[in-house]
Amino acid sequence: MNNTIIRLTARAMLGGRRLYLLLGLALLFLALATLLRLFAEFGTSDATEFIQAVSLGALLPLFGLIVGTGAIAPEIDDGSVVYLLAKPVSRHTIVRSKLVVAVITTVTFAAVPTFLASVIMVGGSSGIALGFGAGALVAGAVYSAVFLLLAIATRQAVIFGLVYALLWESVVGGFVPGAQVLSVQQWALSVTESIASPGAVSANVSLGAALVLIVAVFAAATWYAGERLRVLTLAGEE
Amino acid sequence: MMTTLTLKDVSRWFGNVVAVNDVTMSIGPGITGLLGPNGAGKSTVINMLGGFLPPSTGSVELDGAAVWKNPDVYRAIGLVPEREAVYDFLTGWEFVLLNAELHGLPDPGEATRRALATVEMEYAQQRKVGDYSKGMKQRVKMASALVHDPAVLLLDEPFNGMDPRQRLHLMELLRRMGADGRTVLFSSHILEEVEQLASQIEVIVAGRHAASGDYREIRRLMTDRPHQYTISSSDDRALAAALIADGCTASVSLDSKEQVLRLEASQFLNFAELLPRVSRDAGIRLYQVTPADESLESVFSYLVQA
Repeated sequence: MNNTIIRLTARAMLGGRRLYLLLGLALLFLALATLLRLFAEFGTSDATEFIQAVSLGALLPLFGLIVGTGAIAPEIDDGSVVYLLAKPVSRHTIVRSKLVVAVITTVTFAAVPTFLASVIMVGGSSGIALGFGAGALVAGAVYSAVFLLLAIATRQAVIFGLVYALLWESVVGGFVPGAQVLSVQQWALSVTESIASPGAVSANVSLGAALVLIVAVFAAATWYAGERLRVLTLAGEE
Repeated sequence: MMTTLTLKDVSRWFGNVVAVNDVTMSIGPGITGLLGPNGAGKSTVINMLGGFLPPSTGSVELDGAAVWKNPDVYRAIGLVPEREAVYDFLTGWEFVLLNAELHGLPDPGEATRRALATVEMEYAQQRKVGDYSKGMKQRVKMASALVHDPAVLLLDEPFNGMDPRQRLHLMELLRRMGADGRTVLFSSHILEEVEQLASQIEVIVAGRHAASGDYREIRRLMTDRPHQYTISSSDDRALAAALIADGCTASVSLDSKEQVLRLEASQFLNFAELLPRVSRDAGIRLYQVTPADESLESVFSYLVQA
């Protein structure tokens, strides 16, 4: 990893409007959780369903998309990435440095709020909050890596990412049992299930399979992103 | 510090479009100008030399080492891209320092100070690059390329959009780099620019390596070609006869529909003296003399045929 690239990426990522967008969405989520806690008759199962749907189902894919693509796509679009690439620095190092920033950002703005929202809604004792926090963390890491790869591999990363997040994760992943094995949301839920009190949440993927898939997809996406960055071409404007 | 860039039998195509067609050239120390009309393939050549595009066939090497997929070559290469985008939220100082740090220089601060001094940008180093004028951006890009004291400098259309003063300043800077024994390659579509600066000129037209040599040679190739003119005068027919008799024209034709004379002069310099003399001797008044093929493209395409 390269500290210069980490600092540059963090400044680019959090310097502009993106910061307010992420912060706003996270606060909205927390406000919603607080309101439901105060004014709605919510049981524990209602609360876990809400957190699963809003956090793992929407917040994390969305944040992963914003942050994962935001870590490199603007630079590729305007060509300034050439100042990183024309250096004696391994392209894999560049990818890993950018990914660190993306993961930390997703964890800060999505996983931590998920944990806090869970504490607000169900309290901290049953392990549910910790479980969701951990689930959100791994989901955030996987989404960041996948969307960073997508941003390097295609200029239409945001469109593909939205299609994936909306169609695959929420529709297909939610209803087609076979597809659930390949749903990041289900992997995260499996992690949550293993930490939370028995019966609080149920995932359709076993913990073993989920952990293997999480590690494999994270590692493969990171490695392949580096490979794609090695052969990134900057075609002339002629 | 002897560094040579070589393209050997290099072609590059994008889909069905051939951007660079079987080019072989070698670029050594000193200043080389890559000259050609817009869209001729200059940027494609520079992108390949800079390691941002693989050749479809052939090899692109820096002192015998392949450039593509070899980030180590950047220790020796400084790159000034044509696109203006840099990290706008950084100050000039931070931007050049970023480049120094990425090169892993032992004293990045000192290298940054030196590079900014070379391009005379210290006065604006604390301002955001996003607020710079085009010429200032070009200079800070130049500083970022010089920060690691590279043996090779690649510049894509560096004079584009510069005012005359900035242009002179950059020329002066590049001359110094060339005199230091660095290998400097810059592209341009303006002959005068290249002529003033480059000791060696490589001409690219429609993706092909059309000519190579010093500026005198290129200038001769460009002026010695047949020149075409459209002329209207008080007596086109008599003028045509007088010109044919003198023998300095390759062909003459009367265009009766538009009432003009079209002719091709075999030698540019002689013809410039001949035409007024012949018309005066014959008592013919010239109303209009228009060069028909003076566009850069036609000059270049003549070179391709030559």
